[in-house]
Amino acid sequence: MIDLRIGERGEDVIGYMTDHLGGLFDAVKEVLNFCLRSVYDVLTTLTPVAMVVVLCLVALAATRRIGLTLVLGAGLLLIQSMDLWTETMQTMTSVIVAAFLALLIGIPLGVWSAFSPVARAVLRPVLDLMQTLPVFVYLLPTILFFGVGDAPGLVATVVFSIPPAVRLTQLGINQVDQETVEASRAFGASRRETLREVQLPLALPSIMTGVNQVIMLALSMVVVAGLVGGSGLGGVVVNAVQGLQIGASIEGGLAVVVIAIYLDRVSAALGGQGRGNPAWWPQRRARGAVAPARADESALPNAA
Amino acid sequence: MTAVEAPGRVARPGAAPEAAPRAPAVVGRNLTKAYGLSARQAARALGRPDPEKAVADEGGFLAAHDVSFSIRRGEMFVVMGLSGSGKSTVLRMVNLLNEPTAGRLEIEGEDITQVSEARLRELRNQKIGMVFQHFSLFPHRTVRDNAAYGLKVRGVAKAERRERADAALHRVGLGDRGDKYPHELSGGMRQRVGLARALAVDPPILLMDEPFSALDPLIRRDMQDLLLQLQAEDARTTVFVTHDLNEAMRIGDQIMVMRQGRVVQCAPGPEIVAHPADGYVSEFVADVDRARVLTAHDLLRPALLTLPVREDPGTALRRLGENEATGAFVIDRDERLLGVATDGRLLEAVRRGDPDLARAIGQEYHAVEPGTVVGDFMHLAGRQVVPVTVVDEQGRLTGVVPRAAILSSLSHVREAGR
Repeated sequence: MIDLRIGERGEDVIGYMTDHLGGLFDAVKEVLNFCLRSVYDVLTTLTPVAMVVVLCLVALAATRRIGLTLVLGAGLLLIQSMDLWTETMQTMTSVIVAAFLALLIGIPLGVWSAFSPVARAVLRPVLDLMQTLPVFVYLLPTILFFGVGDAPGLVATVVFSIPPAVRLTQLGINQVDQETVEASRAFGASRRETLREVQLPLALPSIMTGVNQVIMLALSMVVVAGLVGGSGLGGVVVNAVQGLQIGASIEGGLAVVVIAIYLDRVSAALGGQGRGNPAWWPQRRARGAVAPARADESALPNAA
Repeated sequence: MTAVEAPGRVARPGAAPEAAPRAPAVVGRNLTKAYGLSARQAARALGRPDPEKAVADEGGFLAAHDVSFSIRRGEMFVVMGLSGSGKSTVLRMVNLLNEPTAGRLEIEGEDITQVSEARLRELRNQKIGMVFQHFSLFPHRTVRDNAAYGLKVRGVAKAERRERADAALHRVGLGDRGDKYPHELSGGMRQRVGLARALAVDPPILLMDEPFSALDPLIRRDMQDLLLQLQAEDARTTVFVTHDLNEAMRIGDQIMVMRQGRVVQCAPGPEIVAHPADGYVSEFVADVDRARVLTAHDLLRPALLTLPVREDPGTALRRLGENEATGAFVIDRDERLLGVATDGRLLEAVRRGDPDLARAIGQEYHAVEPGTVVGDFMHLAGRQVVPVTVVDEQGRLTGVVPRAAILSSLSHVREAGR
C-alpha cells in the first residue's frame, strides 16, 4: 500500500497558510468581530423584558399564532429568570451573523449550480465534505488561523451551515415548472429577468426552507463554538460540564432549547410553513380568502 | 357559424389593404432537431442515409426531420399529430425556444436562426405571442400582471401596461378578474388569461401549444369559439398545435399532419379528409365527424342537364327524355339559376302551346352555398326531383351534390377515381 502521507501534507498546507496568510485572517477576524459587536449592540439596546416583548411581537407577526407566541414569551422570560439573558443574546448574535454569512455565500452558489452542470458537479462533493467532515477536524485549523475567541467558532459555524442554503436554492429553482420558465423566455425576457421575476419568486418557499435549515444548523454549533472560547450559551454549557455543575448545564441547555424553538418557528413561518400549509406563495396574501381546493392546485406548476 | 366558415379571410380592421400577398409570415425550411447530441455528432448522423437510425445509434433522438412549411399572413395553421410526432418541437422552433439542429426559420423573411440574442428577444417580445398547454401562468402574479408580462419585459410604463392588459382581459371575457390570482380561477379561465397574456402585446404571430387539450370538452368548445371570434376580428397568423383532429378541422385553414418527426401531409382540412395522403392519415381521419368537415364544394358534381331559358318547352321535354331525367335546371344567359323544369310541367306547357320556358319552371329544389358543410344539408338530399343544388354568391349554378355522393362521403370508403 502506498503511503500518501495525506496527514503530513495537510499539516504542511495549514502551516503554510498560518505563516503566510496571517494578515488576511486578521482582517477577516476584524470584520467578523465588528459584525458580531454591531448585532450584539442592537440586541441589547433594550432591557431584557422589553426585548422579550419585541421578540414576541416578531413571533406573532410571523406566525399569527397567539398560543405559540405566549409559549415562546414564557420560555424567553424563563431564560431571563435563569439569569442567562446576556449569554443568550450573545448566542443569538452569533447565530444571526453566521446564518447571514452562510446565506450570503450559499444562495448565490445555489443559483449558480442551478444553471451550471459544471458548478453542480464541483459543488456537490464539496458540500458533502462540509456536511460530513467531523466539525472538530476543521475547528482546530480555524483556531490556528483566528486564535481563540468568537471568530473561529463563527467561521466553523458558517462552513457547517452553508450546504442547505446551496442545495435548497438549487432545488427550488430547478423545481420551477419548465413551461413557466419557457413562458417567460417566450415573451422575450432575458435569463436574468427570468431568474428575477419568475424563478427566484417561485423558488422562494424552498429557499426559505433553506434559511430555516441554515439557522438551525448554526444554532446546533453553539456548544461547539463554546469549546473554542466562543461566548454565549455554548460557553455556559462547556464550563458547566467541565466543572461537573449539573444544575448550570441543565439551565444552559434549556436556554438553547428555547431559542432553538423560537428561531425555528419564526423562520419557518416566514417561509410560509407556519401552519403546515403547502408553502404556497400567493396564499399568504390571500389569507382570509377561501383556500384553493387541492384539485385546483394540481394544475399549478409549483404547488409544493 | 359564419366565423367558422372563413375565419382567415376577414381583413384586420384598419390594416392597409394589401395589393398582393407579401412574403409569407413564417417559413420553415428543412428544419431538423436532434436531441441529446453535440453539434458535431448531429451533423455526422444527419449526413447518413438513414438519419433516424444514425441519430438513435449516437444516443440521440430525432424529434423533427426535414420539416418545411410556409404559413401565409393571417392564416390559422394547425400542426397535428400524436404525442411524440414532433409537433411541439416544430412549434418551439418558430420562436427558437428550441434551436433547430439544421434548417432555417424565417419570420417575415428574416432567418431567426442567425440573429443575435438581443434581436431574438426583441422578435419574441414584439412579433410572437405564445399560449401554453398547461397555461404556465405566473402563480405569484395577479391575473392583470400576468397579462401585462410581455409589456413589462418590453419596458412599457405601468399605467399603459395596466390599460392594455385590462383591454386584453376584456377581450377574453375576464375584464373583472384582473385582481385575482391564477389559482383562484378555473382551468378555462386560466387559459383565457394565457390567451390575454399573448394578446396584450398584439403580436402578428401567435403560437399555441395544445392550448385547449387540458380543458374539458364543453370548455374546450367555448375556447375554440373564442379563438375563432378573435381570429375573425384580428386575422392573426396563428400556429396551433393539437392532437385532436376535430379541433384541427374546426379551426384550421391549413393542417400539417406529422408523424415521427416528418410531415405526412399539409393541406386544408376537407382536402385531408377527402384525400388522405397515406394509410396513417386516413386512420387519423377515420374518427373525424366528416359531416362537419366536408362541404358542398368537396362533393360537387356538374349538373347533368341544364336548359337555357330561351329554349322552347318542346325541345326541353325532348332533351329530358333523351337524358332519362324527370327534371332539369333552367338557367339564364349568365348561368344564373332560375328554377327547375319538371317533365309534368313541361308537358302542360306544350299542351297549352306556351313557347316561354320561363313560365314552366318551379322552385322545387334546395340551394346551398359551396361552403356549407354536409351536415347542414344532408337531410335535404332525395326530397326533390333534382339533387341538392349548389349555387354561388352571384346565384350561378355551380353544380349539384347527388345523394350517392353524400352517402359515400360519410362512409369511410375512398372513392375510386377521385
